[in-house]
Amino acid sequence: MEYTNIFYVLASVLFILGIKKLSHPKTARNGNMIAFIGMMIAISVTLFSYGQLDYWQIATGMIIGAIIGATFAIRVEMTQMPQMVAIFNGFGGGASALVAAAEFLKTGELSTFTLSIIILSIFVGTLTFTGSFIAFGKLQGFISGQPVVFPGQQVFNGLMALAIIFIGHHVVQSPSDMNYFYAVAAISAIMGITLTIPIGGADMPVVISLLNSYSGVAAAATGFVLMNNGLIISGALVGASGLILTNIMCKGMNRSLTNVIFGAVGLEQPATGDDPAKQIIVKSYSTEEAAMIFDAADKVIIVPGYGLAVAQAQHAVREVAELLESMGKEVLYAIHPVAGRMPGHMNVLLAEANIPYEQLKDLDEINPEFEDCDVALVLGANDVVNPAARHDTSSPIYGMPILDVDKSRTVIINKRTMNTGFAGIQNELFGFDNSIMVFGDAKDMLQQLLKDLKDL
Amino acid sequence: MDINILTVFILAIFVGIEIISKVPPTLHTPLMSGSNAISGIAIVGAIIATKVGGGTGTWLGLIAVIFATINVVGGFMVTDRMLKMFKRK
Repeated sequence: MEYTNIFYVLASVLFILGIKKLSHPKTARNGNMIAFIGMMIAISVTLFSYGQLDYWQIATGMIIGAIIGATFAIRVEMTQMPQMVAIFNGFGGGASALVAAAEFLKTGELSTFTLSIIILSIFVGTLTFTGSFIAFGKLQGFISGQPVVFPGQQVFNGLMALAIIFIGHHVVQSPSDMNYFYAVAAISAIMGITLTIPIGGADMPVVISLLNSYSGVAAAATGFVLMNNGLIISGALVGASGLILTNIMCKGMNRSLTNVIFGAVGLEQPATGDDPAKQIIVKSYSTEEAAMIFDAADKVIIVPGYGLAVAQAQHAVREVAELLESMGKEVLYAIHPVAGRMPGHMNVLLAEANIPYEQLKDLDEINPEFEDCDVALVLGANDVVNPAARHDTSSPIYGMPILDVDKSRTVIINKRTMNTGFAGIQNELFGFDNSIMVFGDAKDMLQQLLKDLKDL
Repeated sequence: MDINILTVFILAIFVGIEIISKVPPTLHTPLMSGSNAISGIAIVGAIIATKVGGGTGTWLGLIAVIFATINVVGGFMVTDRMLKMFKRK
């Protein structure tokens, strides 16, 4: 049996190398392939080295799983990527919990340590499974994106957590009592729901990252149950990855993780935005007038928000950008960490429209560039360009890192209406002297702008 | 408990943090779907769980194989599909 572990180590090394190659778009595709080879090695060595496996059942399971997985992977639209990752996290967590459960059900004598880890694996795995389905439902629109709260929710979750510890302890003491074992699974499933349902749609990027991390933790715990290095290492990698992304997302919104999970943000905001003294007076331009401003510019920075993707306007943006470049102007894109619905989502949406990745700049890279930028074109972004985040301590987004578009000579903002963003607050940027509004659907507006630029 | 296995776990977390911090924000979505595929490693446990003579455990193993395979196949395929789109000028 010893040689099998060598192959699991080899698989783990390939996973690490694969992720390492993800550090650059040039090598990333190669990296994914390397990780895939690692997975094939891990699966093959398992199939060959464990005796008495039910190959018929394994083959059936793999064929069904492969068909479902491939269908998802081929059919999914790039805007739906967060939902898909959410549901895949769920399957990963579910698989780990099932493996731990199977181990519990068939092995005779288990040590206290193994039993505890089995409980942990079932808890985290099941919670990930149900939580991911709620996240999927919210992103897909099956469930309200609004936070769903009920009185005493926090207390309820606290009691559930205590119950898990208490009942889990009981299972470890007397593993033959199956009812307690089922109770652990049931409570974990309910907790996955009650912990995810109060979280608002705008916070979903954090939740998906966190569930990603959980699926890794569940896999690692299952690895401890089976004493399998491959699962432990891979689980640790995924757990770390999810945690880092969760942290990046929280920083991008200037929120603590506890605030995201228990804050129920996005529920009714106090009506501060209706203060008539704060009424913002905006200048509204036509695309023709906007085209003249672009004509005089040397450097243009485009700020895409999720509204752009909703309007399916990525290709229209690229056409405008290419035309501006052919007119000798420098064009860059500013991507806020929470511009999309999951980490890095906006980059994928723009890459799909053949926008070269060198032009996509993240927050730290792009902010100094606004100083000598002639036109910042804000498309369907709102809260991430709200200067109130820098100075207004009463603003719900105060302290959130923003893109400093207001430092550009001119800011052209495209919006459908004057409606507020996710945070439900007015944006003072729209009333600034150097701000110009161009109202309309992003795609229509860009196509009109393209025409007007050509007619100059 | 075997202390070696805990050592492996802790070192793997450090390696993970090191290499993942170097992934640029541009590639965070593929990183997520890719690591998702890697968490499909639970398939190894699922395969072992189908060992003949396990009763209910075997059936749980079958469902686990299905779930984990969805993860592995779907995860690697969709990651490749995304990474294919990242082009230079």
